[in-house]
Formats: sequence, C-alpha cells, structure tokens
Amino acid sequence: MYAYDEIDRTLVNERVSEFRDQVQRRLSGELTEDEFKMLRLQNGVYLQLHAYMFRVAIPYGTLASNQLRALAHVARKYDRGYGHFTTRQNIQFNWIKLSDLPDALADLAEVGIHAMQTSGNNMRNVTSDQWAGVAPGEIEDPRIWSELIRQHTTLHPEFSFLPRKFKIAITASDHDRAAIKVHDIGLRLIKNEKGETGFEVLVGGGLGRTPFIGKTIKHFVHGRDLLSYIEAILRVYNQYGRRDNIYKARIKILVHELGIEKFSREVEEEWQQIRYSSLQIDDEVIEDIRSRFIYPAYEKLPHMPDELRQAAADPDFEAWRKNSVAAHKNPGYSIVTISLKPIGAPPGDATAEQMDALADLADKYSFGELRVGHEQNLALPHVAKRDLPALWKALDKLGLATPNVNLITDIIACPGLDYCSLANARSIPIAQELTRRFANHELANLIGRLHINISGCINACGHHHVGHIGILGVEKNGEEVYQITIGGRADESAALGNLIGPGVKFDEVADVVEDIVEAYLALRERPEELFVDTVKRLGVEPFKERVYATR
Amino acid sequence: MPLVNGGKIVDDSFVKLAVDTPLPESGDILVPAERFVGEADALLKRAGKVGVIWPNNRDIAELVPYLVKLAVVALVFPSFRDGRAYSQARLLRERYGYRGDLRATGQVLRDQFVFMLRAGFDSFEVKKQADAEAFMLTAKRYSVFYQPTGDGRITALHRRMQLRHSEGVGT
Repeated sequence: MYAYDEIDRTLVNERVSEFRDQVQRRLSGELTEDEFKMLRLQNGVYLQLHAYMFRVAIPYGTLASNQLRALAHVARKYDRGYGHFTTRQNIQFNWIKLSDLPDALADLAEVGIHAMQTSGNNMRNVTSDQWAGVAPGEIEDPRIWSELIRQHTTLHPEFSFLPRKFKIAITASDHDRAAIKVHDIGLRLIKNEKGETGFEVLVGGGLGRTPFIGKTIKHFVHGRDLLSYIEAILRVYNQYGRRDNIYKARIKILVHELGIEKFSREVEEEWQQIRYSSLQIDDEVIEDIRSRFIYPAYEKLPHMPDELRQAAADPDFEAWRKNSVAAHKNPGYSIVTISLKPIGAPPGDATAEQMDALADLADKYSFGELRVGHEQNLALPHVAKRDLPALWKALDKLGLATPNVNLITDIIACPGLDYCSLANARSIPIAQELTRRFANHELANLIGRLHINISGCINACGHHHVGHIGILGVEKNGEEVYQITIGGRADESAALGNLIGPGVKFDEVADVVEDIVEAYLALRERPEELFVDTVKRLGVEPFKERVYATR
Repeated sequence: MPLVNGGKIVDDSFVKLAVDTPLPESGDILVPAERFVGEADALLKRAGKVGVIWPNNRDIAELVPYLVKLAVVALVFPSFRDGRAYSQARLLRERYGYRGDLRATGQVLRDQFVFMLRAGFDSFEVKKQADAEAFMLTAKRYSVFYQPTGDGRITALHRRMQLRHSEGVGT
C-alpha cells in the first residue's frame, strides 16, 4: 500500500474544491455544457444513456480495506448500491447525480481516493500487474514506479489537453498481466548488466477501432531517465498528434503514420534536450516513494499447513483452490483471486455489501489490502495458506467463490447498450447467457484457459481484439450484429484476433461460441493445449468451417 | 475581451494587425506570424513595441533569433481542448529562455489558468469577464505541484526531500 502524505492529501482536497466550484458554475449556467464537459471528464464524469457515470481511480489496482469501504459507502449513499470494476483497474458508478458528485468526491478524498484523469484527453490512471509486489519471480515491485508516474502525470501543466486519451501500464514479471502491449506506453521493468533498474519502452499500442500492438521504441531506459523519456514521447505527441479527427488522434496513429523509426528519432532528439534536467530522478526520490509503501510483516509459515491438508478432502474447496489460488513469493502465503463473474450476472459488478464484507476479509486475512485486475476481478494479495479454508467459506457465503478464474465464464465485457451512450449493441446480456451455457465448472475446467472479451461497439472497451474469443457488437440495419474473432491475446505474446466470418445475430452468439469450443475440444492435440494455441497452430479455417457449415 | 497581466485586469496597449493592415506610425503592435517573419526588420525598427501571434502548427524555434527583441509572444488556443500551446510555451521559456510577455489568446477560460501559469504564460486574453475577475482567486487554487516546470514552483518530490533533510537535521 502507498500511504498518502500531507502533500498528496492537500492536492486531492484542492482538486475536490475546484470540482465543487466547477459543478456550481455549471448548475448556475455560468459554464456551458460544452465547457463543462471537458472539466467533468477530467474528473471521471461521463454522461451515459440514463444518468451520469462516475469513474473513480484505483491507481495500479491497489486498494486498502478502508478505501474499499469508502467505495461501498459511495455506492450505497449516492448510487444504487453497487459498483462496476473496469478493465483499467478502476471502479464505475452508473447512477450518480451531478449535484452529489462533489460530496462523493469529498468522502473519497478522506481515504486518499480521487477520480482525476479517469477520463478525458489526458494521461489516465496508471495501471500495473495486480500481483505486483507478491508475484514469485518478479524483478521488483513496479508500483513504486507506477506511483512516481501517477504523481508526475497528475494535473500535468503541459499534457492535460492531449489530442486524445493516453494510457500507461507497467509490468515487472515475465508473464504480463497488465496488457502493456495494448497501451499508449507500455513499460516492462528490466535490469541492465550492472543490475540497475530500467524499462523496455513500448509505444503506440491500443485497441479501439484501429487496433495496434505496441512497438518497442527503446530497449532500455534507465530508471533515472524514466520521467524525461515519457515526457519526450508526450511532447512529440502533444505537438504532432492529429487533432482533426477524433478517430485518428491516438498516439498509435501518429506512430503508424510516421513509422516507428521516425517517431523514435523525434523522441530521441527531444529526450536529449531534457534528459539532464530536473526530470532526472535520483535514488533518494525513489527511496522516499518506496518508504511510503507499506509491506506486510509476513510470518514464517508452513507451505502445507494442516488446515489446508484437511480441507483438501472437500472437492468444492479443492475446485476453488486449484482455480483461484496462486503462488505467492512467500511460500507460506497465497494470492487469492476473487471472481466477480458469478454465473448469470454482469461481469465485474460488486454490491456495497460485498465490498464491505471483502474489506473485512482483507483486514482479517490479507493485511488490509486488496487488488483490482484488468480482468475485472479482485484479489487478496497476502493470504496465509492456513487461512484459505476459512476464507473460502466466507467468500462462498458472499457469492464470491465462483471457481472460474481464467476460464470461459470469466468474461471481460464493457457495459454496452444497457448503460453506454456510445454502444451499438448489448454486451452484458451476451456475457450472462454465455456464463449460463458454460455454468458447469467441470466442463469449463475441461476447456481450460479461455478468455472471452465482449465490446458493445467499435471503441473496444471490452478489449475484444485481444480476447481468445472476441465478440464485437455492431449495428446493421437497425439490428444488433456480432462479429466474432479468435486467437487474440493480451499478454506478453499479445496478438489481435482474426475474424471467423460474417456477423451473427444476438441470439446466435452463444451457439456460435459453443460451436467454436466444440471444434477446439475435437481439434486440440492434448488437453494441455490451450484454445489460443490450437488456433495459432491451425488458423481460423477449421473453426470457421464448423461455425458456418450449418448456418 | 479583458486582458489579465500580473494578476490584474489591465488595458491592452497592443493593437492587433492583420496581414494586410497598414503599419501604424507608432504604438505597440501584435502581428501575425507570417507577417512578422516576412517584415521582421522593418517592424522591429519602428517606434513602439512589437509582439507576434504564433500559431500552434508552426515551429516555435523559428522565433529564436527574434526573442530578445519581442515584447510579446501570443500563443493561440483555438479551442480550450487544444493543448499544443502549452508545449510551445514551455519550450519558449525553458529551452529558448524567452523572458518577455507570454500571452494566452483564443479560448482562454478560468479552468486553464493554473495550467497556463505553470507552463510559463503571464498574460491572458480572457474570454469571459467573470473569469478575468476571478483570476487571482483561481491562480491560488493549488498549492501542490508534482511536475517541475520553468515557473519555479517547488514540486512535491522536492518538498519531500526538504522535509526529509530538515527532519534529519532535527533528530
């Protein structure tokens, strides 16, 4: 956990009072809706189909239990009793009133939470590996650097009015859980031959209507130069990124149009001018940030405690443990993923009661700390193995022990036409139907790791391009039509999926997915060959044949 | 459109010239970039101060040879959403050492003042009278800044280092 100091708190409070003034000026008519729109977006407030939507930042997905309680409080007091965790480790509330927003922000500020730059054409909330600091084999905790970037990008005087939104993600593990290759800047923490920390920098990744996998712009940027290098990229983008067409304004288009070589030369030239400036970070600054991250005082605990041995007799517990519990860097502890994908429910939602209860469980079993992952699930990052059986019972009571993490029912979906004014098609009902089709956990386990991603429009908030199975809803002649891709992935081998054929109607989507899965089960070489690997080996054709043979 | 300079609403002594307006005998003038570049020598020779209005899409480095002679550089906000002039402002101040008046013109609204001040602007053609009147109050909205810019405001990182060291001395 990063603990805010007086300086951070002061800034958040100043931002709340600024926004209160802005809302007042809007309500009095002093600000036009056009003027206010940009201001509210800079503070995470969208106007949706039915109401304002309020997106709150959870920097790099780390939450303290008291912060989760404050989010529950906002859900209960100002919204309809639930919140929706997003693919960028944030939380959204869908029914908030404009006049309540300043109070909701003030309540959140008390626990060091804000909504700055969760939307708008600025540098968005920095995301990272939800297992940062606890994953075995991690080089070092990437959140120290995430926090450095969070501070540097907050209310940046030069880059708060960019051509378009700008997202940064960081990972420090071989396995990329932060999807850095589909971010405007992706940072992979590495060490140089001297053992010094630095970053491989990728640029120009992104989804939306023109998806690109990020390209490496520099193989090693020393940690001390990280801010100046990011600033150089942003300065080039701010000046040359397209502002004439919203759909061509992301940095990926600039990188594509200039070519990575020319773009990187521009950045290099700019960087050399600012590299040895006050942007250079000395070790003391990093140490200061590191010192305000609170790490648990782990006990030396057995790898296989009696509690765990005994509970192994219960097949339900075992099913959950095998699915949702992951190795921790400390052998007496585990990382527990909490599925927010119960069968038949909208993906990523949690009620205020669940949030409060999870906060209590975090206090009891995880040193008061939780994580939010981009897959729209939560995690308890420091659970002693002896506590796993008790934790499972408690989670099960709350409806939070669905053993489907990384399985076919662990679906990522955008809010779609049920909430969003941009959407052309429904997403959530597709996800709900699919979870019902594959509700049998044995079947889901037999299928193995398979990520389904659903977007209700071309803006791709459900990251359908990088789903093993991607589903994109579009509108055609007044009807919802769904285009289906296979073979995408968002990890270190990130790739965009390929279309299997013509779009299908709303009520055919689940049948098509079933056909694809059946084809996979018949085609895979062995049970360990994941869906996405079978697609890679065989291509789209055999799946296409299966799906369209009878249609 | 009220002009704010030094935190106060002031009279604008500069007259804006179009590309083809005849050059007045005397008085302060603000000239579009293309005219300035074309007639720089003649413009700078006459009595009266000279300023230039520089567009977003023209390299600010072109102005470097003239910076010491310019009384005003006016950068343009064609929309309050367009942030290119913030980069131009910082380059002028921090890279090219421009010390004259740096004026924000165009869609200049209250909620941009702090960003503009931090980027190095010191005068503002404010679109709305009420915003101009609220300038001083708005400029004081924030006391914490995370990024080092040429405006000299101390950053949070440095303030923390100072606190650390002063605590170290005390103990």
